[in-house]
Amino acid sequence: MIEITEVPSPFCGIGTDDLSIQVDGITIKLLGGGCAVNTPMFEQAITDTSPRVAGQAVSLQAAVAHAASLLKNTQLPVIGGCATDVNGMRGLLALADRIGAVVDNMNFTGARNNFLALQDSGWMNTTLAEVKNRCDVLLVVGTDLEAFAPRFFERYLWNTEAMFMEDTSQRDIIYLGKAPSGDLSTSPNGTKARVLECAVEDLPEVIAVLRALVKGRPIRATAVCGISVADLQTIADTLKAAKYGVVTWAAGALAYRQAELTVQTLSEMIKDLNNTTRCSGLPLAGKEGDQTANQVCGWTTGYPARTRFSRGYPEYDPFLNDTNVLLVDGEADALVWVQAFNVNSVPPATDLPTIVIGRSGMTFAKEPDVFIPVGTPGIDHAGHAYRMDNVVAIRLKKLRDSGLPSTGDVLNAIEQAM
Amino acid sequence: MLIKLTGGVVYDPASGIDGQQQDIYIEDGRIVNKPNGDFKVDKEYDLKGKVVMSGAIDMHTHIGGGKGNIARILLPEDHRQDPVHRSDITRSGCGHAMPSSFVTGYRYAEMGYTAGFEPAVLPINARQAHMEMADIPILDKGGYVMLGSDDYLLRLLTAKKDQKAINDYVAWTMHSAKAIGVKVVNPGGINAFKFNQRQLDLDEQNSHYGVTPRDILQVLATAVKELGVHHPLHVHGCNLGVPGNMQTTLDTIQGIGGLPMHLTHIQFHSYGTEGDLKFSSGAAQIAEAVNRNKNITIDVGQILFGQTVTASGDSMRQHANNKFASPNKWVTMDIECDAGCGVVPFKYKDQNFVNALQWAIGLETFLLVEDPWRIFLTTDHPNGAPFTSYPHLIRLLMDRTFRNDVLSTIHPEAQKMTTLASIDREYTLQEIAIMTRAGAAKLIGLHDRGGLSAGNWADITVYTNDADRQKMFEKPDYVFKDGQLVVVDGKVVSIKWGTTHVMKPDFDPSVEKGLKDYFDRYLTMKLGNFKISDDEMTEDGRGSLTAHPLKVS
Repeated sequence: MIEITEVPSPFCGIGTDDLSIQVDGITIKLLGGGCAVNTPMFEQAITDTSPRVAGQAVSLQAAVAHAASLLKNTQLPVIGGCATDVNGMRGLLALADRIGAVVDNMNFTGARNNFLALQDSGWMNTTLAEVKNRCDVLLVVGTDLEAFAPRFFERYLWNTEAMFMEDTSQRDIIYLGKAPSGDLSTSPNGTKARVLECAVEDLPEVIAVLRALVKGRPIRATAVCGISVADLQTIADTLKAAKYGVVTWAAGALAYRQAELTVQTLSEMIKDLNNTTRCSGLPLAGKEGDQTANQVCGWTTGYPARTRFSRGYPEYDPFLNDTNVLLVDGEADALVWVQAFNVNSVPPATDLPTIVIGRSGMTFAKEPDVFIPVGTPGIDHAGHAYRMDNVVAIRLKKLRDSGLPSTGDVLNAIEQAM
Repeated sequence: MLIKLTGGVVYDPASGIDGQQQDIYIEDGRIVNKPNGDFKVDKEYDLKGKVVMSGAIDMHTHIGGGKGNIARILLPEDHRQDPVHRSDITRSGCGHAMPSSFVTGYRYAEMGYTAGFEPAVLPINARQAHMEMADIPILDKGGYVMLGSDDYLLRLLTAKKDQKAINDYVAWTMHSAKAIGVKVVNPGGINAFKFNQRQLDLDEQNSHYGVTPRDILQVLATAVKELGVHHPLHVHGCNLGVPGNMQTTLDTIQGIGGLPMHLTHIQFHSYGTEGDLKFSSGAAQIAEAVNRNKNITIDVGQILFGQTVTASGDSMRQHANNKFASPNKWVTMDIECDAGCGVVPFKYKDQNFVNALQWAIGLETFLLVEDPWRIFLTTDHPNGAPFTSYPHLIRLLMDRTFRNDVLSTIHPEAQKMTTLASIDREYTLQEIAIMTRAGAAKLIGLHDRGGLSAGNWADITVYTNDADRQKMFEKPDYVFKDGQLVVVDGKVVSIKWGTTHVMKPDFDPSVEKGLKDYFDRYLTMKLGNFKISDDEMTEDGRGSLTAHPLKVS
């Protein structure tokens, strides 16, 4: 039995790297720093260690050979999930390039709200250490932040010391749209977050008014979607008076059509605020390799991870290259599902030939043609994963000897077998 | 295997060879002397009449790291103009302004380049820089780690720590980030922008720390020198792009008091305020100062007309320049109490007065600086233009008639404001070889690259001599990387993976005490998780590290 400290997590997206882990054989127990997201992800037991073809245990070599044979004469295979580490994505993109596949990260439909805004007008963003040391006002839009990342407040807002703030408990937390599910946003001095609630799908209207108020445009209405304009004016004034305001949202939580316009309005509002003071966006993400997929696909192809190689070169389309669309429309003719982090994230139902490169412990309603259990980056092998703020790639540690291959090993082997 | 390159006309400034016919022998990846006695040549290339140089080295090119990837993600419409198909040996990707990593490697190699150095590696983003560069085939690479706006250094200065403490921190950071040099960008300005300062002149104080850019330049340039790092402090100065910044640049040269200093993309820092449009060339004054001060080296950061994207650590100046974004979209980031970045797409137009004069200022600088060992050929890829425009730039430098033909087409007011037409100088092949090979290797401290004498690695480029220098330099006959033939007739024929060049200056290990406390209190990562291990650079089975000797004092 050994204990390992300063363990980084690839699961929570906020770069927690102070976990203490106890390893007993292949059993992991989280001793310190756990949370509702990280603890079950680290403690997930290994079940399968043997690959299967049509439900029968086979050697890794045989499983790889069968996967390659299923992909051999396909016209438009889709590689979905894309939940792995940097080396896993490298292998995935090499395979996709060779077989002319579509690459589609499973969180892309949510992330698309950010990418469309970014690619249309850009933004001004910040990272977690700046939040920790500078943020005096945090506006949380349409997102239950503590459910997204339970340790966010403890690590980045209620830290006891900050370089540029006398007293971090004076930080002003404002929720717009969705109310928090718990009390983690309450300051150590007892001050509760301000909450202005509205239905999530009303956010476009509310945010548009807020931006107008920041710009000093007159608003005739006295209320918008149940929020008084006077209250919104107070938020606008707070952001304008802040030294280093931060606006955060989870793109996937803005679950309505054209939510990219909300991200864009927020981002343009932030730019306006920077005419006189400082303010930055902080998009929440980084779960199950989504930032990793987009970063690696970015430098390998120029585009984020919803890109196809079917014409011999990368083509990005944030709508048409959606795995679910391709399956429903009958365009795809094989599915590879890559998910090294989460056993509950199984491939979408399909009758197509299906290959799953998945975390050991995954169970299926319908047995895939090929299942290759792989190790989890940061547990079974070393690797790299990006956190939510896209700048920091964390170095993941190997914690135990499970003998499970890495995603990268398996995908490289399939590519070699093609 | 013994390879013989027979009868080529060799330009090897590192050995003082200027266009002499010579044979070159290659064995086990390195250049060797002609073997004694009887020997068997396994493969011979007849290079009679061909021009032979070592592989070119780009000493300042943004090829790895977060801001470049933001630039990629920002510009899908640019990539769609230049899709790159996969082949049996090469990967697919995209080209033009900010090419994908694989295409970066292929296209550099196809122009005869065998190494490129990323000049702006943020310590906190160094992993990404190295991971991206690990996916650039063929080229050797390396990075200059960026300091000067990081809160740790500014705290050391405010606390009046001595030069040894600074040196230890700089050396430790180079180790942790696997760097070969040190860069400073808008010294302290990126930090000041986080405190809502919008400009920071050489002697202006950071509103929180009270530290000036001059203070920062002084301690960092001293640290680099005292640590024995070859590449002088790599300086992106104050006031980038601001009319009148020529004076800041001259003051910066004066103020460094003889310490070695490299001023990068100096074109963007050579502007006067004369004329009706209050924008003029300061190239003559800057060149004169460079000629006079032998401690100064520069690279130009030439702009060339067309669409590109600017990606810089200088969040303060990039934010100020966002009104010029074309297409109109841009990104800035504050980063981890470490640095920042700004990404602004630009379209340089020959009929825009300012852009046209920027073009002329860069060329004036090239032609007025006398010593080719102290000036380097760059476009600050992709900021002034994509690196693929180098052959065109070489033609502008080597062919006065061509240069004047282009000059006669640019904005007429810009033509009046430049002395370019009166400058007769044409660069020679030897001078091009100095700027792009021997000089670059010497500057960075690559002890066995950039030359063709025995003992050097066999990075060799072979061209067909052509009066049209653009045609000549865009399509080498052969390129060898570590002795392996990787390009024939301007096309990649085989893949090789280059090494990462680093330098490892000594430091007192007790430096980690203060750092650990700082990381625990203020940063978001444990000190132990911050440092990049050697394994990380090599575990993919392709990467390797090459540590070069320090300067002996």
